Amino acid sequence: METYLDHAASTPVRQEVIQAMLPWLSDHPGNPSGSHRLAREARRAIDDARDHVASLVGAEPGNVIFTSGGTESDNLAIDGVLGAKGGQALCSATEHPAVLEPVRESGGIVAPTDDTGRVDLESLANILDSFNDISLVSIMTANNETGVINNIDRIADLVLEKTPETMIHTDAVQATSWLDITGFSKKVHLVSLTGHKFGGPKGAGALILKDGVNLSPVIRGGGQERERRSGTQNVPAIVGLGEAARLIQVERLDINEKVTKLRDKLENGLIEKISGTSRTLSQKTPRTPGIAHLCFKNIENEALLFLLENEGVYASAASSCASGAQEASHVLQAMGVDLKTAGGSIRFSLGQTTTEEEIEYALTVVPNSVEQLREFKK
Amino acid sequence: MTRVMVAMSGGVDSSVAAALARENGDDVVGVTLKLWGGESDSGCCSVSDVDDARRVADALGIEHHVFNLGEDFDEYVVAPYVKAHSAGLTPNPCIECNRHIKFDRLLNRAKALGFEKIVTGHHARIVKQKNETLRIARAEDEAKDQSYVLYMLDQKQISSLRLPIGEMTKDQVREKANSLGLRVATKPDSQDVCFITREKGRADFLRQRIPLTSGRVVDENGSEVGQVEAIELVTIGQRRGMLLAGGKEPRYVNNIDVESATVTVGTPDQLLVKQTEFRDLLWSAEKTGGEFLVQTSAHGKPKLAKVEEGLLVWKDAHSRVASGQSLVFYKENQVIGGAIAI
Repeated sequence: METYLDHAASTPVRQEVIQAMLPWLSDHPGNPSGSHRLAREARRAIDDARDHVASLVGAEPGNVIFTSGGTESDNLAIDGVLGAKGGQALCSATEHPAVLEPVRESGGIVAPTDDTGRVDLESLANILDSFNDISLVSIMTANNETGVINNIDRIADLVLEKTPETMIHTDAVQATSWLDITGFSKKVHLVSLTGHKFGGPKGAGALILKDGVNLSPVIRGGGQERERRSGTQNVPAIVGLGEAARLIQVERLDINEKVTKLRDKLENGLIEKISGTSRTLSQKTPRTPGIAHLCFKNIENEALLFLLENEGVYASAASSCASGAQEASHVLQAMGVDLKTAGGSIRFSLGQTTTEEEIEYALTVVPNSVEQLREFKK
Repeated sequence: MTRVMVAMSGGVDSSVAAALARENGDDVVGVTLKLWGGESDSGCCSVSDVDDARRVADALGIEHHVFNLGEDFDEYVVAPYVKAHSAGLTPNPCIECNRHIKFDRLLNRAKALGFEKIVTGHHARIVKQKNETLRIARAEDEAKDQSYVLYMLDQKQISSLRLPIGEMTKDQVREKANSLGLRVATKPDSQDVCFITREKGRADFLRQRIPLTSGRVVDENGSEVGQVEAIELVTIGQRRGMLLAGGKEPRYVNNIDVESATVTVGTPDQLLVKQTEFRDLLWSAEKTGGEFLVQTSAHGKPKLAKVEEGLLVWKDAHSRVASGQSLVFYKENQVIGGAIAI
């Protein structure tokens, strides 16, 4: 049996999405920037998608910039704001590298987190008090490794109170599938998302702006996306992103309920069956329903993932580098988890297509594999 | 069908080793180790070598995995290498990597994951004695022989190992790769230490990690005859790289004193010793008495010696062996043991 428990890395593309995309791969050659009828059809298709994405975030369609995905959106948010406003950027230590790298490279500030991996509000307040040139604060909505949820509402209030000129960006890539972000998104200036985390295709994401936000473009050329992101739009992928955005708004509550139950069943089952197993985040910590982040004592996650794969269970640990090797998790390090414990942690991530049978199967395979490794050590 | 893990570096030897295991009908999985995260000749994190290994595995139709043993590599190979240099010693990091990483961490992981054997692309052979014990033997291709860097393997390790490349010459390996259309068929052999780039070199690598101290060069009478830029980079037997004034005949380093930052040079005769002290003596199988051949560097010419009262006693006077180098013992072209010179 094949059990895909790596939805936080990428989700299967939904059938409805594939159907919506197909005509744009076969029948419609138009370039959305052109002026004839076929071009206008393509333009209309991406603008319909724009409406769905805008509605997902609670923004104006004209403020949706289509990008190639989460990393480009995050890069554009940071480099675009710094380019237009100057000053320096601040982010938290548990951000995705797509935020951390541009912030570090621009000489920005990386704020510490508490032991759940959420930005520490007191430290954030102190930093905002000590610098007068912070033009952008970037804090992710939900973390990609653990699923922990930052309180963006409070963070936005704090930033507004301390330094009202500072813009706020949130990487909502891991959040859009699970959380209704239309509430707090009114308070933030930039939101990143990507379609392949909720049933869309890889290669289409968006950066959504608040009215009046000026961005210096990173990719320059023909002036598409209102001069903010040049390059011919990836029409089929954007249509797919739009359809996925439409579906998730309709089905989110049902999916959440189903996935939460399955996630709890997996976590509780593994903790019960395997001695020395613990949740990386306590059950009280606000977290997305899709991730079971567990630590297995005296286990090397790389070895465990190998055995799981042999049995058809696909999960992951921390993040992979360009070579495909597992890297030590900067998220767990920021949380103060020691290296040895971090080295025994696995992220099982569930999604809309996850079934009861898959969880049952994982509940047999994972304990057996852990036992095989522990037996060998004896 | 034997379940084997092939350690694939992305080079031609281990690629052909994987191909041979596949032809042999074994259940083969390829693994590339990610050991060094810094600069290397093949780019950061050796990504292009990993890509080569992955594409060869794809071409052979075998699964390929990458294991990150970078922390262990830092701890057991890189840090001791740096520390040895700062003490004026001459370490051999490839040997430490085999000892601690490939034939300890990787072999153990392979066993834990249910593999019966690991296969590597080393140019060396495995031979069985009449009494059933196993030994590492010199490769078919003498010029490429790597038995020296495998001397630390014990019976248990050798019995879990296959070295198919040891039976082939390098030309045969390349021909085989070529006939299979493997993309690495003409890839150049790797050189030297994998974590040091050819472009920047050892001095630059060490300078970033330890303070390098300039030193005096004196002759056997203690008269200053030159200077060295970094005492930590000098090796016993070295001839070049010292600013030596005048002199009639070539002079070689025969002593390094890190504390006083003094290098002593002398004639080849003055470099000769009758015996060499060692540590960490080990035997491949049983302890062997009498005379045997001893090789003191990766491609050095072996000379006769025997172990007597904890010392290696040379039959004929031998050039001083740099502290930190491995002494590998051979009998009839087979490794019987080894130790590290002090």
